[in-house]
Amino acid sequence: MDDQTSVILSRYPRGHRDCLIPILQDIQEEYGYLSESSVIEVARYLGLPSSKIFGLATFYNQFRFEPRGRFHIRLCHGTSCHVTAASEIIKELGKKLRIGPGEISRDGMFSLELVACMGACHLAPLMQVNDNYHTRLDPAGIRDIIDSYIEGEE
Amino acid sequence: MSLNTHIPVDKEYLVNNVLLNESADLPADVEKLLKLVRREKVKYPVIFVGTGSCGLISGAGETLIEINKYLSDRDLRADVVETGCTGYCSMEPVIEVQLPGKTRVSFKNVTSEKLPFVLDGMFNSMVPVEHVLGQYKSPSLELWKDVPFIGELSFFSMQYRNLMKNWGRINPLSIEEYIATGGYRSYIKTIRNYTHEEVCDIVEKSGLQGRGGGGFLTGKKWKVAHTVMADQRYLLCNADESDPGGFANRAMIESDPHRLLEGVIIAAYAIGTSKAYIYIRNDYRNAIERLEKAVDRARDYGLLGHDVYGSGFNIDVIIRKGPGAFVCGEETAMISSIEGKRGMPRPKPPYPAVSGLFGKPTVVNNVETLSNIPAIFENGPDWFMSLGNETSPGTKMLVLSGKVNNQGIIEVPMGTSVKDLIFGAGGGIPGKKSFRAVQIGGPSGGFITADNIDIPYDFDSLASEGVYMGSGVMVVLDQDCCIIDTVKYFMDFIQKESCGKCIPCREGTRRMLEVYENITKRPVDENGHTTLERFKGVMQLESLASVIKDTSLCGLGQKAPNPVISSLKYFRSEYEEHIFDRKCSAGVCKELRLFYIDVEKCTGCTACAPKCPESAIIGTKHHPFFIVEEKCTGCGICYDVCKFSAILVK
Amino acid sequence: MIVRIEVNNKIIKARKGETIMSALRSAGIMIPSICSMKDFTPTGACRMCVVEVEGRQGLVPSCSQPVSEWMKIKTHSPRVVKSRKTIVELLLSNHPDDCLYCERNGNCELQTLAEELNVRERRIMGKKNKYKLDHSSPSIVRDPAKCILCGRCVRVCEERLSVFAIDFVNRGNRTIIGTAFNKDLNFSSCINCGQCIMVCPTGALFEKDSLPEIEDALNNPEKTVVVQYAPSVGVTLAEEFGIKPGKDIGGLVIAALRKIGFDRIFDTSFAADIAVVEMAHELLSLKGKKDRMPLISGSCPAWVKFAEQWYPDLLPAVSSCKSPQQMLGAILKSGYPGISGTDAGSIFSVAVAPCTAKKFEAQREEMTKKGLSDIDAVLTTRELAKLIKLYGIDMSQIEPEVADEPYGMRSSAGKLFGASGGMAEAIIRSLPYAAGAKEPSRIKYQELRGGRGRKEAEIRIGKTTYRFAVAGGMSNAVNLIEDIRAGNCEYDFVEIMACAGGCVNGGGQPIGADDNAIRARMKALHGIDEKETIRVAHKNPRISELYDNFLGSPLSGKCKSLLHTSYSERKVLL
Ligand SMILES: Cc1cc2nc3c(=O)[nH]c(=O)nc-3n(C[C@H](O)[C@H](O)[C@H](O)COP(=O)(O)O)c2cc1C
Ligand code: SF4
Ligand code: SF4
Ligand code: SF4
Ligand code: SF4
Ligand code: SF4
Ligand code: SF4
Ligand code: SF4
Ligand code: SF4
Ligand code: FES
Ligand code: FES
Ligand code: FES
Repeated sequence: MDDQTSVILSRYPRGHRDCLIPILQDIQEEYGYLSESSVIEVARYLGLPSSKIFGLATFYNQFRFEPRGRFHIRLCHGTSCHVTAASEIIKELGKKLRIGPGEISRDGMFSLELVACMGACHLAPLMQVNDNYHTRLDPAGIRDIIDSYIEGEE
Repeated sequence: MSLNTHIPVDKEYLVNNVLLNESADLPADVEKLLKLVRREKVKYPVIFVGTGSCGLISGAGETLIEINKYLSDRDLRADVVETGCTGYCSMEPVIEVQLPGKTRVSFKNVTSEKLPFVLDGMFNSMVPVEHVLGQYKSPSLELWKDVPFIGELSFFSMQYRNLMKNWGRINPLSIEEYIATGGYRSYIKTIRNYTHEEVCDIVEKSGLQGRGGGGFLTGKKWKVAHTVMADQRYLLCNADESDPGGFANRAMIESDPHRLLEGVIIAAYAIGTSKAYIYIRNDYRNAIERLEKAVDRARDYGLLGHDVYGSGFNIDVIIRKGPGAFVCGEETAMISSIEGKRGMPRPKPPYPAVSGLFGKPTVVNNVETLSNIPAIFENGPDWFMSLGNETSPGTKMLVLSGKVNNQGIIEVPMGTSVKDLIFGAGGGIPGKKSFRAVQIGGPSGGFITADNIDIPYDFDSLASEGVYMGSGVMVVLDQDCCIIDTVKYFMDFIQKESCGKCIPCREGTRRMLEVYENITKRPVDENGHTTLERFKGVMQLESLASVIKDTSLCGLGQKAPNPVISSLKYFRSEYEEHIFDRKCSAGVCKELRLFYIDVEKCTGCTACAPKCPESAIIGTKHHPFFIVEEKCTGCGICYDVCKFSAILVK
Repeated sequence: MIVRIEVNNKIIKARKGETIMSALRSAGIMIPSICSMKDFTPTGACRMCVVEVEGRQGLVPSCSQPVSEWMKIKTHSPRVVKSRKTIVELLLSNHPDDCLYCERNGNCELQTLAEELNVRERRIMGKKNKYKLDHSSPSIVRDPAKCILCGRCVRVCEERLSVFAIDFVNRGNRTIIGTAFNKDLNFSSCINCGQCIMVCPTGALFEKDSLPEIEDALNNPEKTVVVQYAPSVGVTLAEEFGIKPGKDIGGLVIAALRKIGFDRIFDTSFAADIAVVEMAHELLSLKGKKDRMPLISGSCPAWVKFAEQWYPDLLPAVSSCKSPQQMLGAILKSGYPGISGTDAGSIFSVAVAPCTAKKFEAQREEMTKKGLSDIDAVLTTRELAKLIKLYGIDMSQIEPEVADEPYGMRSSAGKLFGASGGMAEAIIRSLPYAAGAKEPSRIKYQELRGGRGRKEAEIRIGKTTYRFAVAGGMSNAVNLIEDIRAGNCEYDFVEIMACAGGCVNGGGQPIGADDNAIRARMKALHGIDEKETIRVAHKNPRISELYDNFLGSPLSGKCKSLLHTSYSERKVLL
């Protein structure tokens, strides 16, 4: 049994289905995603079939079954960001990184997630790369931002 | 986030002299102390930094670091206090400075680079006017000369800040500051003096309607739940707020979490439960953190827990993080989610007030609804009733965004005209552009145009125009915005967020989206979407919209067609333009643009052809090139490439 | 309490608390529905059942809305009909236009709805979801493209079977019915019972097709194709030919099989008689052993898989007897070649079963000896009907025939295996004989019959009392097992059938049967028993001959090697 998962589980009472989401959130916080083995462990702990856990996790935007990229991009696609041409940014990112929303680049460096409103509409369109925000994006500048991360890693 | 350092009172003192003191006026010595807590007088300079999410994204974090550096570099003594925000998003990062004896001054857009300049000025008693937002009024403090009053700025002047009265002013993590502004006294008074029924009555009498969108009388809803016999009941606070563009609930929690918490607790008391959940969108990291700390503080103060101050009332507040699904804002979906299931709504009846969470009577209330409660008990239901208009009492928080000068959150009395909101508080449309429409209520709302912009913002008036208030989001659209594209955006959002349970919503919303995709797409293949088909699609929209509205299980599907219906009503010509002329005059639907090369101007420089992703440009060097219309997708790359302005849009 | 409601301007009476739909049904008004199922709480998912209720803004789902006094309802107003029709059109807009090639062509609820609502135009068009077929399971094929997400399969698998093999996966229009981690069905906890097929309104779920291999075998002159048919097939097949449930056409089944060209036709009920004898002796041999669980039947392969997955510790208590189908299969490839002069390798052994799990059972490793499977192919009742139609046999014109010897004669005890409680009743009848008695104490055990989920009976032999319990339907079985484990009850023999009501309600039976149909099927079996002269397995003369000539005594070494097996824990994603 994975240590960290069992530590997380031990914080919750056994067999309580209503703890499922908090448990999955904690596990994802720890590992960045939900692995098959951790789901099985949770299933055992809560006495729930793994199909139910999988069904639940695939319902919500938050849960993922693959690790994130080393740089996780959260691009806002709320209304304000849309009217300020966020979709162009999505296209540009797609071209540059060759990934679409919900995907991870082949080298595992970038993953892209679309989020509803990040609540800074006056800075639209904007995106978050790990902990950094990039605001008032324009399609032309996207490549440079991405390049700066690639260079930063090299 | 750091806690305040200089609070001159302790817990025991506040509890015994303030919270448990039920007289209307507190003794003078107590008042005096509270004044210090409220910083009506300060001994040292205090620098306030708004560190709500909005501020942080704008760079308040860096500003904060810079402030501390500034102070330590110069060995200056000053308190640095983190606050929530004032709601004036376009001005973030906002910092405020209060010097002993002087009024508090607010500065706008203080990024870390600008910070030294601002502080240099202030510490030399010279207000750097170019950064000033305004100063606060105070009878006892010396005013700054030539500094406008913040309350007189257009953004603030028509606001009535009851819910937001502490925003940006107090440290949201300091329960002491909240108590010093009168907080938690209503709660203690309520549980000591009123029965559950009386509490419900008072709220019903105030006329408070749910702010989550439905507008149902809050007091009435509580009564139903309270009347149903049960061994356990639940109160759920709906902080899922997933409307794209809506963040007033989040800012409420980040700026004044104890106000919400007090409302939650009073509501829990009213329905007779000992367990309340706050279901908050997981993305709201900052708000969650503040809320968790607020709960801890309230517990520490004995305001949560067993037998609160001998009243016999037990209360526990549990925070649940919503893992991301718009539909979980719907109450039955939220209940499923808390139970550890897929957040799919279920049919009503049974209504949650009768059988909700774990099958027990459950009340679901919005953050804003509950945040209104403490003031209703502080000032009385009649006071609340006197705010707003006849059909909708009270105030409403709104988010102004899009093409409007002042973006941010405002609180206005219900019934303020939409025009005043946009051109008054909003400060109009930027860049001399013209107003086209305002979209109210997000994906379940509709449009207000220049023709009916005078209508009052309240439940009934909006409804009469087919607009659903929703969470209070207002996205202003100017001439550069395409209505069709905006509705397409909402349909895309909705079909992604539909839970998939019921057929009309699951299958219908995507079909509606496809109609929009078709009419904003270039008819590359004549068989694919001919004008007739594009037209048929739009005809179908109306009939689909009415079925989806009529038959969907939950509010998401029932309201999904609203933007469609509303835009068809006011913007038919725009549809026609897209369908028949294949044109988007706002230039947003890029694929509709037809490019051609002006033979007169083209020098045959060949620059454009290799750049065209569709290989749609052909020609021989030194001779005019031309664009193969069927191949061109209207991306516009060639347009940008041509140095001779030879490429034109039809 | 009675309330009055106004339906289409006429006043009708309804019971307080009942749903609009149920009130309308009683009044003779049919409301189309997709997602609702009898005895399940309504989910309100499909919206097909909407009606107009005066004073309500939108339309109201009649399956979940209770009636209230003076409710004014319109069931077929233009608004309602348009909505229902649009809903069907919306479904069709994301549905393959595959009716002609579809398993459920002619027996599909979606097709029927489209027909009833007069959908005559592809009005709504758009992109369709594309999915791959899941062929992985030996029993069940899933075609997600045809799934309309009514959720009936999920609920049956969960609430009736307690298996939870499948659930909704993803959200919105990307939703599918899937297993944990979207694995293929055969990696899941599915027990192959096929109950999901029975409730699926469309061709999204169906049994793995075995017709081609059987046709090949029939056309192969080198092969001797033998077929056996299960006890319940005779009382259900008629429904596939439009006859109402409860008609026994066992003789016609034999005649049809013969006309199709099967070389030998045997009766699985004969093997059920053997199973009774073996289990009765097994039971006697175990009685009195301390601290053991009751002997639990192992004839239902779905239950066996369930036990392998969730109750591996119970496996020692599960009878080592193979199911009758497998017993006969084993004999057909061991004893039969000797008496018939055929080579075991050239025998192609087919079983007609009411059950999809039997397809799985037939290919289990435990059911193979020296590289030869006991059974080569399993046909469900539905597939048999297809085969009959394919071979152009007119069931209304043929005459009943009898099965071939030596495995064609049965007692009616063996026949009872087709209904829940039947196996227990057959064993309880035989137990005194196994213990040496000459006459039974009692033949009919009404208490073991009927559709109840849990039944009990007991018999005294000498000073010893044997207590029998029966669970029909997997979730009832789980309750029973948990009760036994908790020490709330004590039994000597427990019969478990995964399907509620037993094999008459199996996952391979004609689709569309309601409770009444299941009862009629049971009654037909019991009717056969009433008319039979040999009603105890031990009294079947062919059984005695088989023991005398081939098997030796019950539980002999030969029996053990041919008719018995053992199971072990199975690791799947639970
Ligand atoms: C799709 C959908 C999303 C909703 N989202 C929210 C939300 O984010 N916040 C909220 O308070 N209410 C939301 N609601 C409304 C709630 O279902 C519910 O009516 C509300 O929380 C009741 O609180 P109130 O009476 O205080 O308004 C949503 C409703 C629907 C149908
Ligand atoms: S209307 Fe949409 S979101 Fe609501 S239950 Fe139906 S499918 Fe789900
Ligand atoms: S607009 Fe784009 S596709 Fe069309 S010709 Fe120019 S470059 Fe090519
Ligand atoms: S870039 Fe302009 S001038 Fe040059 S070939 Fe193209 S259209 Fe002609
Ligand atoms: S499932 Fe029904 S509607 Fe679909 S193809 Fe098969 S028969 Fe036709
Ligand atoms: S019903 Fe119509 S579509 Fe089907 S086979 Fe006959 S003619 Fe063809
Ligand atoms: S066959 Fe039975 S166990 Fe398997 S998925 Fe269907 S209902 Fe569930
Ligand atoms: S597979 Fe069949 S029963 Fe299951 S949800 Fe799909 S259509 Fe309904
Ligand atoms: S009860 Fe009968 S039909 Fe059902 S799975 Fe078991 S053996 Fe098959
Ligand atoms: S829409 Fe992007 S931040 Fe609000
Ligand atoms: S300033 Fe508070 S949300 Fe923007
Ligand atoms: S039958 Fe009523 S909603 Fe499906």
